[in-house]
Amino acid sequence: MCDICGKKDATVHLTEIINDKVTKLHLCEDCAKDKGAEMEEHFGLSDLLAGFADLGVAAEQEIGEKIKCPSCGFTYQDFKKVGRLGCSECYEAFKKHLVPLLKRIHGSERHIGNKVPLTIGKSVKDATTLQELKIGMEKAIQLENFEEAAKLRDKIKEIESKEKATKEEK
Amino acid sequence: MTLEDFLKQDSEWLKGTGPSANIVMSSRTRLARNIEKLSFSNWADKKQLERVNSIVRDAVRSVSALKNSMFINLKDINEVDRLFLVERHLMSPEHAKDVEYKALVVDPKEMISIMVNEEDHLRIQVMQSGLSLKDCWATINELDNELSKKMSFAYSAKWGYLTACPTNTGTGLRASVMVHMPALVFTNQISKVLEAVAKLGLNVRGLYGEGTEATGNIFQISNQVSLGMSEEDIIDNIERITNQLISREEATRKTILTKNRAELVDRVSRAYGTLKNAHIITSNETVTLLSAIRLGVDLGLVKNLDRRMINELFILTQPAHLQKLENRELNPNERDIKRADLIRGKIK
Repeated sequence: MCDICGKKDATVHLTEIINDKVTKLHLCEDCAKDKGAEMEEHFGLSDLLAGFADLGVAAEQEIGEKIKCPSCGFTYQDFKKVGRLGCSECYEAFKKHLVPLLKRIHGSERHIGNKVPLTIGKSVKDATTLQELKIGMEKAIQLENFEEAAKLRDKIKEIESKEKATKEEK
Repeated sequence: MTLEDFLKQDSEWLKGTGPSANIVMSSRTRLARNIEKLSFSNWADKKQLERVNSIVRDAVRSVSALKNSMFINLKDINEVDRLFLVERHLMSPEHAKDVEYKALVVDPKEMISIMVNEEDHLRIQVMQSGLSLKDCWATINELDNELSKKMSFAYSAKWGYLTACPTNTGTGLRASVMVHMPALVFTNQISKVLEAVAKLGLNVRGLYGEGTEATGNIFQISNQVSLGMSEEDIIDNIERITNQLISREEATRKTILTKNRAELVDRVSRAYGTLKNAHIITSNETVTLLSAIRLGVDLGLVKNLDRRMINELFILTQPAHLQKLENRELNPNERDIKRADLIRGKIK
């Protein structure tokens, strides 16, 4: 008979050790499930992340914890608790703290994948350096996204002519 | 197409075909994607979760690779059915919990699946038999391109695809292989080999059980890093290391076959005998014995069974599968009996 509900047949047999005291439990499947839920709570990589969340400059830590994502209202404190972010804008909002973390996890803080979403939009806004824009343009061409490529080409031209102008001034 | 149809068929990844299928049971690629301007699933409100669900449902209809796929709202099916999908590796155990807004897309061959509103809005997965990561990548890449025409994925030039957990940021790609390495375990080389794999930046875990104590000698190897490496390099890296593991396992199998032949034949034959005759058997014992038989088939010691059927038994003998086959709930004792019945019906 089950030790917890006392109703159903015990089919699961558990040995618990608490403070050096060994207790044997004989449980029915349902009670074992409830009990099991307590025991096998998933502990994954992201749960360990919380321990690294302080990687940002220590002195700024307290301020960091109060940072709130303007888009979704998630705080860095929340991230420290759950190891997950609130929305894609959180990356920008918490970047001071997230970049060192990304570096620790991946050994890199810079994406170099060969893919961009076919509806890019964001990458144009984000791409700031000439090199980034050029990579973006090449990718857009590869993906036959010519409209996007044209936008990027214009931006590249704009930056290049500005650079040229400053050089000539010197 | 219903879930019952799945019960009657072998998933694509179970076929036991493809390169090095004697050692590599299956290959899998997974992409984490999120839709711009909507909070990640764990932080999103009801409305946003519903929105994600409907955006994906609409998109799936017009993607040709998903033409005949099922879109299953997980709240519409019962717990056994959800566990059934987990056991078939079509979704994660996490996806079977708190199912209100979660959904699963599965194609009829069970090669492609998409988890909707798991940790990320979309977790796209492609799985195939044998060492076929490059094929999996080609398929998932194409599918991802198609989907990205239907919705705007959160992406930044600096950090790539933005995911709920920073461990997936960048490519959002997790590639993995499931390898059966009984000979390396048998000769106590496995911990050294796995240590080396981990040093090369890959994740290793037992498919059943933990670490080097993996029941059934099946290990899952996947990339740890998703940022700062291109998709192709990630795939290539795992494929190269897997090829090393294959040759090591193969060489060891040959050695055992000559040097420890009696012990090997004894182990395989005992496994055969038990599976053929048992009337009560736990899932742990089943997995251990199936591993031995699988090795026996690979080495030609067992002639009347094939790899595909052994692969199938790994899946069919799990709790939800047994309950689906029997069409009723079974307690663990009943399952042990039903499991033995099923195995005796197949292994003769």
